[in-house]
Amino acid sequence: MQSASDPATSVEPQLAQEDGWAVKVEDLSVTYRTPVQKRPTLKGHLKRLGRRKRIFREIRAVRNVSFEVPHGTVVGIIGVNGAGKSTLMRTLAGIVPPSKGRVAVYGRVSTLLALGVGFNSDLTGRDNVVLGGLAAGLSRAQIEAKYEEITEFAELDDFMDIPMRRYSSGMYGRLAFSVAVNMEPDILLIDEALSVGDARFKRKSFDKMRELCDQARTIFIVSHALKSIRELANEVIWIHHGRLKMRDEPDPVIEAYRQFLGVAESDEVALEDP
Amino acid sequence: MSAVAERRDTRQDEFASELHVYEPHRVGLPHLAPYLKELWRRRQFAFELARGNLRAQNYNTALGQLWLVLNPLFLGLVYFMLVTIVRGGSRGPEFLAHLMLGVFAFRLVSGAIRPGSKSVVSGGRLILNTAFPRALLPLASVLTSIMRFLPTLIVYAAVHAYAGLPVTPQILWGIPILALIACFALGATMLVATAQVYFRDTRNFLPFFLRIWIFACPILYYADEVPERLTWVLYVNPLFPMLASLNEAVNLGQTPSPALLAGSLAWAVAALAVGGFLFISREREFAVRL
Repeated sequence: MQSASDPATSVEPQLAQEDGWAVKVEDLSVTYRTPVQKRPTLKGHLKRLGRRKRIFREIRAVRNVSFEVPHGTVVGIIGVNGAGKSTLMRTLAGIVPPSKGRVAVYGRVSTLLALGVGFNSDLTGRDNVVLGGLAAGLSRAQIEAKYEEITEFAELDDFMDIPMRRYSSGMYGRLAFSVAVNMEPDILLIDEALSVGDARFKRKSFDKMRELCDQARTIFIVSHALKSIRELANEVIWIHHGRLKMRDEPDPVIEAYRQFLGVAESDEVALEDP
Repeated sequence: MSAVAERRDTRQDEFASELHVYEPHRVGLPHLAPYLKELWRRRQFAFELARGNLRAQNYNTALGQLWLVLNPLFLGLVYFMLVTIVRGGSRGPEFLAHLMLGVFAFRLVSGAIRPGSKSVVSGGRLILNTAFPRALLPLASVLTSIMRFLPTLIVYAAVHAYAGLPVTPQILWGIPILALIACFALGATMLVATAQVYFRDTRNFLPFFLRIWIFACPILYYADEVPERLTWVLYVNPLFPMLASLNEAVNLGQTPSPALLAGSLAWAVAALAVGGFLFISREREFAVRL
């Protein structure tokens, strides 16, 4: 659903067709500097002028990660908070550029990384859906063709024409999820969004994910809900401190991760969606 | 062999699949040709966002879109009253026309910069979710400002007629001059939007800066009334050649002087180059800075 603006982006269809991967990550490292201060202000900069104080912290979010994923794979990505899962997903989406290595993504990508729908809460749900689609590079006609499906799935018919600032957080999540899954992506990137809405919607989104899995789409799910991961994914990657710690079938990886966390398998609270 | 056939297939498909390769980028500008191509491909986004901003602004007001005309009209009248009082009532309707044109043209710039300063910072959710040329965000702010400017032309036309100012073909010079002002506004907006990402208090300085700027422009006075020792203020003001040539063309119906036109062009190009360079060379970093 998106094609990036990055200059390093190039379109070489014949190459990817030959080796048949959906995603190919080679020795990927992502390092970025982040200001130590909470809010970067001019005053802060002036105060530090002259004093040789280190004002940036270098964050090595992803370190030397390599993997290939063929089309039709559902990949679960697990790891503790701050392990680099979200940065990895953003790099796959072309939002954060790699510092080292190479990422090749073959197919139309749809993302649900930051509840992108509803970025302007003064606008109506409808406006936001259209804007999100246009930003992703879809045409107006393509968005219109999907619009009915999106509102129907999100069950927000009455709310689509009022500003999103009046939405509840569950409604936000439902709309964002609905947009991401209804764009018929080849590759779907979902970051901790399996648990939006009420119990019924949760069930519905889980079923929709199942459906997408069955359609041989490639899906990356970041989640702490290990039960859902075990059910949906046919491959799990465990990221720890930016490194790829383990990659295998769901059961062994989840088991190892669970032991690492020290959480018993029977611990429903810890392992299921919040 | 089969790869070639596949490739042809995907080309025919409207929803064509694509391969994206992401690699470390060099410092500085990305390749401009693909960047501008992507920008152009998503131009509808900028238009839609601009229209949405406009709709949202007056969503809750009783008079709705009528404010697009009322607001500049009242503002112009307030300034006119101020000047009339300060001057002891010595200003006529032709000065009102001069003032209105100046205020509206200035608002074309300030109305882009002010909301544009937070265009990147407040677009955080979209930036973190979708890859697209970020320059679309400040561009949308400028488009919003242009859309807000157009209705003010009606107000100006009425004042122009009331003041009995001439209507000549030279008025059409106003179009390229306004285009230069819009280009300048885009450059300035990209500059401020970038600054806001790194210095979050840029926005707090802006209202004061813009207030001083409007007083430094020949809007509340004629350019030739500026005392000799202060004329340098006009020459360091990017909006001076633009407003002065606009005044010559539209208020007076004359061909604007080439020096003023050259000055306007130079400032517009410089603003676009500096603002565009800063913004586009930095935009790949925005996602980790928000």
